[in-house]
Amino acid sequence: MSPADLALVALAVPFAGVALIAVAGRHPNLREAVTFGVSITLFLVVFSLGPAVIAGERPAATLFEMLPGLPLRLQVEPLGWLFAMVASTLWVVSAAYSVGYMRANKEGNQTRFYACFAGAIGAAVGIAFAGNMLTLFLFYEALTLVTYPLVTHHGDDEARRGGRVYLGFLLGTSIVFLLPAMIWTWSIAGTLDFRPGGLLAGRLEPAVAPVLLALYMFGIGKAALMPFHRWLPAAMVAPTPVSALLHAVAVVKAGVFTVLKVVVYVFGVDTLAALGGAEWLTAVAAFTIVAASVVALAADNLKRRLAYSTVSQLGYIVLAASLLTPLAVAGAALHLVAHAFSKITLFFVAGAIYTAAHKTLVSQLDGIGRRMPWTMGAFTVGALSLIGIPPFVGVVSKWYILQGVVQAQSWVAGAALLASTLLNAAYFLPIVHAAYFKEPTGEPHGEAPLPMVIALTLTAAGTVALFLFPGLPLAFARSVAGM
Amino acid sequence: MSSLATHFPALLVVVPLIAAPLIVAMRSGLAGWLVSMAVAAATAAMSVTLLAQTTASGAISYALGSWPPPWGIEYRIDAASALVAALVALIALAVAPYSRRSALAEVGPEREYLFHALMMLCLSGLLGMVATGDAFNLFVFLEISSLSTYVLIALGRERRALTASIQYLLLGTVGATFYVIGVGLLYLVTGTLNFADLAPRLAALDDLRPVHAALGFITAGIGLKLALFPLHAWLPNAYTFAPSAVAAFVAATATKVSIYVLMRIYFSVLGARFVFADLPVGEILVALSIAALFVASATAIAQRDLKRLLAYSSVGQIGYITLGLGLATHAGLTASLAHLVNHGISKGAAFMLAGAMAMRLGGTRFEELAGVGRTMPVTSFALVIAGLSLIGVPGTAGFASKWALVAAALEAGRPWIAAAVLVSSLLAVAYVWRFVECAYFQEPPRAHPPRGEAPATMTAPALALTALVIAAGLHATPVLESARLAAGALLGTGR
Repeated sequence: MSPADLALVALAVPFAGVALIAVAGRHPNLREAVTFGVSITLFLVVFSLGPAVIAGERPAATLFEMLPGLPLRLQVEPLGWLFAMVASTLWVVSAAYSVGYMRANKEGNQTRFYACFAGAIGAAVGIAFAGNMLTLFLFYEALTLVTYPLVTHHGDDEARRGGRVYLGFLLGTSIVFLLPAMIWTWSIAGTLDFRPGGLLAGRLEPAVAPVLLALYMFGIGKAALMPFHRWLPAAMVAPTPVSALLHAVAVVKAGVFTVLKVVVYVFGVDTLAALGGAEWLTAVAAFTIVAASVVALAADNLKRRLAYSTVSQLGYIVLAASLLTPLAVAGAALHLVAHAFSKITLFFVAGAIYTAAHKTLVSQLDGIGRRMPWTMGAFTVGALSLIGIPPFVGVVSKWYILQGVVQAQSWVAGAALLASTLLNAAYFLPIVHAAYFKEPTGEPHGEAPLPMVIALTLTAAGTVALFLFPGLPLAFARSVAGM
Repeated sequence: MSSLATHFPALLVVVPLIAAPLIVAMRSGLAGWLVSMAVAAATAAMSVTLLAQTTASGAISYALGSWPPPWGIEYRIDAASALVAALVALIALAVAPYSRRSALAEVGPEREYLFHALMMLCLSGLLGMVATGDAFNLFVFLEISSLSTYVLIALGRERRALTASIQYLLLGTVGATFYVIGVGLLYLVTGTLNFADLAPRLAALDDLRPVHAALGFITAGIGLKLALFPLHAWLPNAYTFAPSAVAAFVAATATKVSIYVLMRIYFSVLGARFVFADLPVGEILVALSIAALFVASATAIAQRDLKRLLAYSSVGQIGYITLGLGLATHAGLTASLAHLVNHGISKGAAFMLAGAMAMRLGGTRFEELAGVGRTMPVTSFALVIAGLSLIGVPGTAGFASKWALVAAALEAGRPWIAAAVLVSSLLAVAYVWRFVECAYFQEPPRAHPPRGEAPATMTAPALALTALVIAAGLHATPVLESARLAAGALLGTGR
């Protein structure tokens, strides 16, 4: 099978999974087997595309014309492969976690849950492999809609309210800002095909650049740039596996991935640097990083704290992209991977604590490390990785971003990173301290069900493995940055 | 066959016209239903053939009774009329199989055949308005379609259908009268009624006062019929209380044909320069359309009945169509015509699905629809898809025309219009989510709610139309290209 066919298969596999899961709905064990089978198949398909992509091939497939001159088109490039790889790898792990979580918490409507989950991954693959902005937009909106039933899974008033905020921010920003940005781009360039060096290169007037960039950046609500970040904490009403895979990995990474795509392949790093239209973005991203960290510091609900931490960490990626230096762009691509593994671990832990101990607040976690040693060990690993301490992967991406900061001589960015590192430590380490050094309270309990513990241990181990062997993501990230 | 095909412009109108008395003569609901399906299929086949012909080789002129124009009545099918005729016939084809169960439940078996006969008359009238090239003949067909619609609405199951019908009758008659006054003025100053003959004679006139008056009368009259904001007062009641099949058919076609008529009069008779450059009609249309986008869409959010919500949504969506017309550019007119088709399909599907719910649950008030996502999962999901098309989510038909409209506004150098289009889409999100939250977040009202979908003759055509909404969204080029050709035909720049 040619690489282009493999790209099409990668897109088809999760959507076929949706159908199979729906068919198998009456038999839970079979249904979960389907999820495993499909997620592993997707992982293998995406993985097998890797060698061709790193060798410089750009497998492409044009499906049909959506609008005149604007076909539905797939093209696999290094950044997209990296995103698809992260999403499909973590889908396998979170499939195990979901089975444990959904059954232990006796959640309803599980068939809908697993079907939408597969659909969300399919949309993420569509975003990752989109060959033009219109294709990306199609799957971007599909991702919002297919995750809506997941966010509102519990179907109560709180879920409905959360769903409104979720949908309002994501659909609203994409319709009001992102769509006109695309149409504007199309009217300037006559194409929306992603191009190395930027499809707008040489066609953009200096006065237009900052406005168009602003439409894109605020239009990509999934990147949670302030002030359009509130959907992310609102989405925490979802069951924890959703928060873990979708709101720490697939959905938010689709956002920052789109940011990177726009900066690298729509504007072009050099074009944007020459026009000087991205300074304001550095400032907004820096503000987002610090402000979200401060909010996280004050949040007592564990998932809410993690959500604001995510907003802040997404800011890192937007900040790095806005610096417009090769090292920073490579750092942004790496941080997409690093944050995914670290943050999914933390969410897995939050869900494990909820399942085993029915606790949701940071202030309830005294001494929990003694009752759930594996879980809190993984939490410590994830937290240290996000603070940027070796031997965990977070330090690798941070290192690259910092090099980019130096290259760009952006002291705003440097200050924001420094402040955020301290704030990260301030909102994560007290949890670790309390978990290990305070006396346990309440009813005794043990670890969460085994599949959940295995999943969070695997992702925690992943952060170590990626620190020790960063070669593969590094190669792809450098390729994105044209290094 | 080819000799038969040359008569398609007339047969398109004559076949349903003859079918109506035929059905009355047979006095059988079943026979009427079968005939109406056959006629709908025939008109659909003819209109698609005509669309292909005009696309390939330009406008077709047909002299009725072999009297050459301008002395006889000319039927003239160009890219624009063929496109609208195809929409009308296609919707008729979808509604025809659907209409039986709707008529049996809402009108009753003893009067069912009359229902089918009236639907045929309405179809004939709408297709006649599209096919004719004669201003007075158009009035005749306008009245045929209107009178049949008044009766069809009055057949609705609630007594309020009668007041809805009277309301529409009064306003519709005012509209038709205004139109005929306008045409009379044009006839007075030119002595002709043929569109193609009128245009050069009007252009040669020195005293423009009667023409100004004619423009005013026709705009207001047809504006009433197309529910141009704020002349839409008749529409919500008419769509809400009409039998489901009528609501679906009329909502998807009647206002669209009226918009076509307005375009035809503006561009082919009065001339774009007179209407849009010499007079501020474009500005007025833009202002009223933008008001419609916001006021009608916001009103839709507050409704407590799904059909009524969809009706107010129609007023808002018509605003997008008249907005493109108001831009008066090729791109604007293309967007307008594309949205005319795409919204017709989407709203037709939405009303058919709402009708299927009314069939099972006894009504479409939101109390009655609570939990319908569980009791009628297929219908509810399809209605969500139709709703996404009303919002303009990519992958649905509504996206393509919204894209075209925003691009047209930007091309015309009017970014604020583009912004209004996009921001008003958020109101559509809000009213579509009224239904979503009602269908999926609420418990069904009774302990043992009626489970299961509506009969297949209702569900299947509605789902087919919903599938078309997705197909026209993923592959929007055919509609947009046809719309581009149609806009060219109206502007006289193309075929």
